[in-house]
Amino acid sequence: MSQQLSVKHLLGIKDLTKEDIELIFQTADNFKEVINRPIKKVPSLRDITVANIFFENSTRTRLSFELAEKRLSADVVNFSASGSSVSKGETLIDTVNNILAMKVDMVVMRHPKPGAAVFLANHINASVINAGDGTHEHPTQALLDAFSIREKLGNVEGKKVVIVGDILHSRVALSNIFCLQKLGAEVMVCGPKTLIPKYMQDLGVKVEHDLIKALNWCDVANMLRIQLERQDIKYFPSLREYSMLYGLNRTILDGLEKEIVVMHPGPINRGVEITSDVADSKQSIILDQVENGVAVRMAVLYLLAQNSGFKQ
Amino acid sequence: MQNGQTKRIFNKELLSITIDRLCYQLIENHNDFKGTVIIGIQSRGVLVSRRIFKRLQEINPTINIEYGELDISFYRDDFRRRELIVPSANKMDIQVEGKVVVLVDDVLYTGRTIRAALDALLDFGRPTKVELLALIDRKFSRELPIAADYIGQSIDTIASEKVLVQLQSDDGDDGVWITSSETKL
Repeated sequence: MSQQLSVKHLLGIKDLTKEDIELIFQTADNFKEVINRPIKKVPSLRDITVANIFFENSTRTRLSFELAEKRLSADVVNFSASGSSVSKGETLIDTVNNILAMKVDMVVMRHPKPGAAVFLANHINASVINAGDGTHEHPTQALLDAFSIREKLGNVEGKKVVIVGDILHSRVALSNIFCLQKLGAEVMVCGPKTLIPKYMQDLGVKVEHDLIKALNWCDVANMLRIQLERQDIKYFPSLREYSMLYGLNRTILDGLEKEIVVMHPGPINRGVEITSDVADSKQSIILDQVENGVAVRMAVLYLLAQNSGFKQ
Repeated sequence: MQNGQTKRIFNKELLSITIDRLCYQLIENHNDFKGTVIIGIQSRGVLVSRRIFKRLQEINPTINIEYGELDISFYRDDFRRRELIVPSANKMDIQVEGKVVVLVDDVLYTGRTIRAALDALLDFGRPTKVELLALIDRKFSRELPIAADYIGQSIDTIASEKVLVQLQSDDGDDGVWITSSETKL
C-alpha cells in the first residue's frame, strides 16, 4: 500500500492510480468511524484554510465538502458566483488569486466549463479539488459511489455496474467509468441513443439500449438524473416517454432474475428516472452514498493536505 | 535481524517476566478492574496491550476487563511535516466517561504520541484518571512533560537509534532491539 497520493490535486479520476484509490478508501474507512462518534471531529487540518468556490449550483456536494472540511478542523470560506464580482466581469484566475491572496491553502471548485479545474491547477499554487467541471469529471462522486459499492458488496473488482441515463452530459458517468474500471469492475452504459456518446466503446464500456437487458446483466444500477439544464436541444421526445423506457420502478425491479443494488448520485427527480418506492427501498443505497460522501471527501482533503505539507 | 549495529536488550524470557510484573502492578492498583479500561495505542502499542490483556485474564480468569484500541493518526502534531502514517482501526466499543484509563504503548520516547493519544481519548469522553504504561521508556529524550506510571524498563538511547519491540505471539521470536538508524530491520 503506497503511503501517499501520486497527485497534488484531485482533478479527475483519470489521473489517479488504483493504489491512490485504495489509499483513499482505506483512509475513508477511518473517517467513517470518526463521523459516527459522538464527537465527529478530529484536529488534523487545523492549520489549513479551504475555499469552496462554486460557479454552479450545488446542495449535496457543497454541504458534503463543507462538513468534511469542518470535521477535519479546517477553516472554511465559501464563495458562489451569483452575487459576486464574477458578474462584474472578473476572470477565473483573478477571482481565485484574490482568494488565495488571503492565504488559502486548498481550493474546492465547481465550474460549468470542462477543464476549468485543470486550468486552475496549472496557474495557482494551492491544491485544487475538482467538485465537478461541466460535463467532464466529478471525481469525489465517483469515489464515494465506488466506496459505497465496496461497502455494500464487499469488493468492487469483478462487479458489474450499469450506469443508466444521460451519459452524454454526465460528469458523474465519466468519472464513474474511470474509477470502476481502475478497480476492476465491468461497466455498461444504458440510455437512449441520443444521450450516449459515440466513443463509449473505445473506453471499454458496454453499451445497451434496453433497460431490462442491462438490469438483468448487472449487480449494481446507478440511475443518473436527466440534466435538463444542459440540454440545449431536444434529445428525447418527452420526459414521460423517457420515464416509460428508462425509468426504474418496483415492477421492473421485482421482475429481475436477481436482486440488484440501486444507486443515484442525486438530486433525484422522483417519478422520472426512479420511482419513490424504489428510491426508498431496501435495495437503494442512496442515503449511504451521501453519508459516505463526507468520509470520502475527508480522506481526499486529508491526503492532499499531506502532499502539500512542509516536510523537512 | 542480527548484525553489528543491532543490539538485543530483551529476549523472550525476560520479556514475559517483565510483562508479568507489569500485570501484577496493574492488579495491585486496580484490584478487580471495575471501572478501569485498558487501551492500547495503534499501531505498535496494541502488541503490548493485547499481551497484557491476555496475561491479566490468565492470572485471574474471574476478572472482567474492558479493553479498547485507539488510533491517533488524526491527532498527531507532525501531520504534513513527515511521511504519511496510514491510519489503523479504532476499536473503541467501550465507555471511557468516568472510568480510569490505562493507556498502553510500546516505547515512550518524545511523549508526542501520548499527547496525541490524550487528545484522541478525550474525544470519546472524560475519564476520571488516565495512567500510562510503557514497555520501554527512553529516558532523557522527552520533548513534552509526560511520564509513565508503569515502566517495563528504562533505557538510555541517542536520537539516531531506534527501539523495536517485537511481540507477535507466544511462539514468535519476541524481544526488544536497539538499532542505529542506518540499519534496516
